[in-house]
Amino acid sequence: MITVKELTRKYARITAVNHISFSVAKGQIVGFLGPNGAGKTTTMRMLTCFLPPTSGTATVAGFDVLEQSLEVRKHIGYLPESPPLYQDMETTDYLRFVGRLKGMAGAELEKRVDYVMGRCAVTDVKTRLLGKLSKGYRQRVGLAQAIIHNPDVLVLDEPTAGLDPKQINETRALIKDLAGEHTIILSTHILSEVEQTCEQVIIINKGEVVATDSVVNLQARARGVETVVLEVAAAPGAVLDAAQVQQRLSQVPGVAQVLVKGRRDGAAVFETESRKGELKRGDLARAVIEAGWDLNEMRPEAMSLEEIFLRLTGSEAAMEPEVRLEEGSPGEAAAQPEIAAAEKEPQA
Amino acid sequence: MRNIWIIFAKEMKSYFSSPVAYILLTMFAVIFGFFFWNMVGFFVIQGAEMMASGQMGQMNVNEQVIRPLLGNASVLGLFFIPMITMRLFAEEKRNGTIELLATSPVRDIEIILGKWLAAVGLYACMLLFTAISFAFLFHYGNPDWKPLAVGYLGLLLQAGGLLAVGTFISTLTRNQIIAGAATFGVCLMLWVFAWVSGYDSSTWATVLSYLSVVTHFDSFGKGLIESKDAVYYLTVIFLGLFFTARSMESLRWRS
Ligand SMILES: Nc1ncnc2c1ncn2[C@@H]1O[C@H](COP(=O)(O)OP(=O)(O)OP(=O)(O)O)[C@@H](O)[C@H]1O
Ligand SMILES: [Mg+2]
Repeated sequence: MITVKELTRKYARITAVNHISFSVAKGQIVGFLGPNGAGKTTTMRMLTCFLPPTSGTATVAGFDVLEQSLEVRKHIGYLPESPPLYQDMETTDYLRFVGRLKGMAGAELEKRVDYVMGRCAVTDVKTRLLGKLSKGYRQRVGLAQAIIHNPDVLVLDEPTAGLDPKQINETRALIKDLAGEHTIILSTHILSEVEQTCEQVIIINKGEVVATDSVVNLQARARGVETVVLEVAAAPGAVLDAAQVQQRLSQVPGVAQVLVKGRRDGAAVFETESRKGELKRGDLARAVIEAGWDLNEMRPEAMSLEEIFLRLTGSEAAMEPEVRLEEGSPGEAAAQPEIAAAEKEPQA
Repeated sequence: MRNIWIIFAKEMKSYFSSPVAYILLTMFAVIFGFFFWNMVGFFVIQGAEMMASGQMGQMNVNEQVIRPLLGNASVLGLFFIPMITMRLFAEEKRNGTIELLATSPVRDIEIILGKWLAAVGLYACMLLFTAISFAFLFHYGNPDWKPLAVGYLGLLLQAGGLLAVGTFISTLTRNQIIAGAATFGVCLMLWVFAWVSGYDSSTWATVLSYLSVVTHFDSFGKGLIESKDAVYYLTVIFLGLFFTARSMESLRWRS
């Protein structure tokens, strides 16, 4: 339904989207995931024919966005980042206007307006001025206008931004519900949103695709890595040398890397990473005890999608400053996370 | 065609669902009414004086009331045109609704024509008020209607050109005030260019006065359709709309 090849978009100085390629099959619901400024909006604007690409091609519903732009626009419903509402129009009039723009008329249009208002739960504001609606209603009217002409492809730019938790859940349910009839591509920087609503995920960072995979696969990949959290304390009266502990732990067979996660008085918390099944937890415990330290706590931890995302986009440091140590060990920064190494190298 | 109509209807509705249209219409009606009252009053006094000195037969409503009033309406229009066009594209850009228009299956030219025609439509509504005043003349006197009709055609052509220029300027910014002020500046310049021909007859002055929108109105005011003046207005309309189209295109490339 959507095929993107080597799509590139440059603004005056920066390259917002850099040679990205991906494709979306009919009826799929795909999450376009990336941190702020990754190029999500820019890509969506190219797919909807709002911006022409600098180079590369994109086809939507079999039509080229540059050559057959009018056809593409007939088959696409688009919810931009900020809903495109006319402040001085009433909800019903607005939806009628958008419907006419998309080529509908008469009784068919009236029926469809009623239908989408019900579907997006905006019937109770049908005679209100759009300029006076709350953010949540504005977003829902925006969604209603995107689906008014029953398009094959829906492009939704951060459809849940600015909604309260209840509305977020309702909107996600609605999007999931729509997935049967439409091919949907939605952008977000919230990972759980992708986990809950999407089948496929495209992770984009600094204008480049860092990973495309099914959500199921990504979750499996997350489960493929084992992390163990240990709290190690010095023997009574002694001082703990965190770097030394880290050094010792990384020598245990199967351990891929060791991170220092935090310190409490006289003790420190470490996290080891390894591939599933390659590490015996007994080895870790023995290494600590034999070196003369105390093992206060040891527990396995599943790696969340969140962590995978942060690793792939290389923004871990920015997102979790509090767990970073002032004097991080030398190995820590240099070590490439295993996940990322298996995938395409993230841009530093 | 259908799409032009959809955009036109939406713009018209938007003018009349906000105070904009009513304020413009009222202001225009009041100011024009003042001109009318002035002109008719002057005409009546002049008539009385002439009757007293026994020189009858030289009074002509068309020449002495209608023609100067049409001239006034043409200049008055220059002040109202920026207020009509300033919002056309600037508002869409500010609200983000341009993203809806530009991603709908509608050609740029249809959007532009729809908006421009709506602007012309609102201007035509303002002219309707002047028609009410003129109706009095027909009730009490017996003026010739043909020069008046030609005068209206001239007013519409002149406004059409300036409205096209205003539409173009509105695509250049997302700030309505800037669009309005710039359009006003251009309108004013196209008016005052006519003045130079009064004291200067060099090539430059001729060119400047040719560029002025008001000089081309004279013939229409007299009730004559001069093809060179009609061509001038049609050219301004075409160029204005053409540049609007180019600007919309480059909007996509730049934004
Ligand atoms: N009109 C523009 N002119 C110049 N640069 C732009 C323009 N629009 C976006 N950019 C730049 O392009 C890059 C990608 O922006 P984009 O809006 O596509 O990101 P995004 O993934 O949608 O981010 P967000 O999550 O914040 O919405 C950013 O660095 C941004 O500053
Ligand atoms: Mg964005």
